[in-house]
Amino acid sequence: MTINTQPMLGQTHSLLSPMVRWGLLLSLAVLFGVIPFLPDFYVTLIGKIMCFAICALAMDLIWGYTGILSLGHGLFFALGGYAMGMYLMRQIGRDGVYKSDLPDFMVFLDWKELPWHWTGSEHFLWALLLMVAAPGILAFVFGYFAFRSRIKGVYFSIITQALTFAAMLLFFRNETGFGGNNGFTDFKRIVDIPIATPSMRISLCIISGLVLIAFYLIARYLVQSKYGRVLQAIRDAETRVLFTGYNTLWYKLSIWTISAMMCGVAGALYVPQVGIINPSEMSPAASIEIAIWAAVGGRATLIGPILGAFFVNGAKSWFTVAFPEFWLYFLGALFILVTLFLPQGIIGLIRKRSPKSDANKQESASSTPPPVAANADPQAQGSQA
Amino acid sequence: MRLPDVFNGARRCLSTTLFALIFVTLPQLSLALTPEAAKAIAVGENDDRLSALAKAIAEPSDGLVRLIDALLDDAVKIAEGRVYIVRDGKALDAATGAETTLPPNAEDVVNNNRVRGELDTARAAFSLLSEDRNTRAKAITELKDEANEAKLPIIDRAIAKESDAELKSRLQQLRAAMLVASSDKAKRLEAVAALASSGEPSVKSLLQERLQPTGESDPEVRTALANAIKAIDAKLVWGERLGVIFSGASLGSILLLVALGLAITYGLMGVINMAHGELMMIGAYTTYVVQNLFRQHLPSGFDYYILAAIPVAFTVSALVGAVLERTVIRWLYGRPLETLLATWGISLVLIQSVRTLFGAQNVPVENPSFLSGGVAVMSNLTLPYNRIAIIFFAFFVLALVYLLINKTRLGLFVRGVTQNRTMASCMGVNTARIDTYAFALGAGIAGLAGCALSQVGNVGPDLGQNYIVDSFLVVVLGGVGQLAGTVYAALGLGVLNKLLEGWTGAVLAKIAVLAFIVVFIQRRPQGIFALKGRSAD
Repeated sequence: MTINTQPMLGQTHSLLSPMVRWGLLLSLAVLFGVIPFLPDFYVTLIGKIMCFAICALAMDLIWGYTGILSLGHGLFFALGGYAMGMYLMRQIGRDGVYKSDLPDFMVFLDWKELPWHWTGSEHFLWALLLMVAAPGILAFVFGYFAFRSRIKGVYFSIITQALTFAAMLLFFRNETGFGGNNGFTDFKRIVDIPIATPSMRISLCIISGLVLIAFYLIARYLVQSKYGRVLQAIRDAETRVLFTGYNTLWYKLSIWTISAMMCGVAGALYVPQVGIINPSEMSPAASIEIAIWAAVGGRATLIGPILGAFFVNGAKSWFTVAFPEFWLYFLGALFILVTLFLPQGIIGLIRKRSPKSDANKQESASSTPPPVAANADPQAQGSQA
Repeated sequence: MRLPDVFNGARRCLSTTLFALIFVTLPQLSLALTPEAAKAIAVGENDDRLSALAKAIAEPSDGLVRLIDALLDDAVKIAEGRVYIVRDGKALDAATGAETTLPPNAEDVVNNNRVRGELDTARAAFSLLSEDRNTRAKAITELKDEANEAKLPIIDRAIAKESDAELKSRLQQLRAAMLVASSDKAKRLEAVAALASSGEPSVKSLLQERLQPTGESDPEVRTALANAIKAIDAKLVWGERLGVIFSGASLGSILLLVALGLAITYGLMGVINMAHGELMMIGAYTTYVVQNLFRQHLPSGFDYYILAAIPVAFTVSALVGAVLERTVIRWLYGRPLETLLATWGISLVLIQSVRTLFGAQNVPVENPSFLSGGVAVMSNLTLPYNRIAIIFFAFFVLALVYLLINKTRLGLFVRGVTQNRTMASCMGVNTARIDTYAFALGAGIAGLAGCALSQVGNVGPDLGQNYIVDSFLVVVLGGVGQLAGTVYAALGLGVLNKLLEGWTGAVLAKIAVLAFIVVFIQRRPQGIFALKGRSAD
């Protein structure tokens, strides 16, 4: 399937087109001009959603641009979160319930010293390294084996789902040394500054926003480069790319690892803002929700997933307060309606409405597949390519 | 409260029916209970009461049984040295059973947990003399953990009276278990020898307890004890091995049932149905509804609700599946990733609908009486009937699916559409209708799996979520479009899972299995039975 939203080849866009430039200025203005004056609740909510938006952006790189649907991105998000969580647990120091140097849950389990994988967790820089290294290395190793044996399509999705499921079971265990099903919570400080103050909340929120903008620019650079074009070619016809002489393994593996690391950063930003991390972030449902953020906003556009994350999570926080029992109906309906009627998401809808994009309209019409494909057999897809 | 004066709590009202029930099933015992004995059991220090009880057990009587029952129901009162049983607002004299009036200053008799435990065993000891074989068998099981010499007379009497050979040998073992702590060395040796022939885990732990420094002191008896434990171990090990294989086969058959439906929707049609687990949940809830209907309208035939539930569960799930196919999945053929997301959305809607209809809590589904209980193959290996039934049921469904796909006209069409949709259409096959039928069939089999699961596990809104990862792995492992692969993968995964579980614990076993699958997929990306040729890409 082709989602053609990119300009024609040869038509170069500068990294910062006027529209993007204005958008950046506007978002920076909002970050520094509006966020500090919002009530606490909204600061945390927006900060949280911006972390989710980073996830959606990462998902978009791997799914929207490379055509690989990962159902395991929640795992990378949680790993980043746990990396930061370990540091935050150490920052509690002796202020815990048991007044011990060890985190409370270890005292509770009657452990006498820190397990080996907590080495260095008291250093902030180590936490910063770990939050990209842990998901990055896991993604690299897993991706290398998966892509090397050409696992693709739904197979890959199912295996990644199994991966995050297995990790969730592992982290639920107390022996793993990550607090079991309670995870980490009750954080007191970050870089020796109290964490539960309005100014810290605002700072974290602004940092999340800046990171989101930075990742947006990086992603924009990536997808507009030649590298990004190859990724899109892999999405549209991997066999042809192989026959043209590209080794798709390294393209897929690199974008997969980058995407995982972005999620890790998002998780690390998320944990100090919400104040808790536990294995439920690794549940298959959490990972699949990331995919729907990207799908709602519009795959293969960069702004779309960010909008999608804001839309879905905004709706979630409204529903769970106003009509808690209807939230799952809404989310379920969103999954169904978006895949059925909005294959290009909100962005596709906007493009269709705006008068100047007649060309886009035609493209989107032709790119929507016929209701029943010529051959529903997934194995026959290759022969069409 | 119906009887505010005499009864302290409404819960006592309930006990009367229970009492009547027990009373009718009791054997008629001859000797009477003296008022003194009744008083000794009912009042005084706990230790004195218990020794009085032990003494009284040696001479069972109707009165004693009635008193013990009443004590267990908190229906005993005491006034002026006489013991009364208060039932339904009527007071009976505990010793004679005659109706009397209750003096106004009567006080409740209170039993702590220790006394209650002893009363319970005493009650079980009496059941040894029951006319009903099942009651006797149950009583032996209950007494096994409470063996002490005080109950020896009643056991002896039961052995003398017992006609059933199996129960008799179990009683003799029970007797030996009581004698193993006897003060007479000869008796102890004899008891150890008798116990060595048993294969019970509880006997083993009993013997091990005797081997502790505080237990047996005589070296000769100690050697006998050690030998007896070895003999028992040899018997137990086979039971354990077979137990692991059985539970593996049981899990495998459940996975097989779950995966069979997927093998059709995913394997044959290429539809990733994340709502498969929720279709199972619908099947399980249908079973629950059918069960309730039977309980309300046809209580006499309650045991047969399961026979009605099987086709109903199939039909309901198949109908839901057909609706889903017509409304959603039809538009997504050839787009597996989108199908995955849309069906995930469907699963969320289905889960929430069930929560709205039936509540978020699990609902109780009872086994019919012929599926509860189990057959004891060995002393430490009991195969529950419901699990045995599911193994057979899984293979029955497998056979049906095989016949349907390979021997019927519908199956021919399904295979034809799978292999070449355009050509099948040219030959006059209504491919759209076949799609609906095939999907409904897969959904219906999911309903059957749910019906089966309701007999062994909890029925709740999360039922499907617990199996979805496993079942997809089975299909992936087995190879797409292959029934044989699904069978091998399901049984293999089930047994592997249980083997590892005994070795590393449940969670690590699951992780190990997942790791194994990821590695296996490396070697054979298309599953155990890969399609060969150009179509395999």
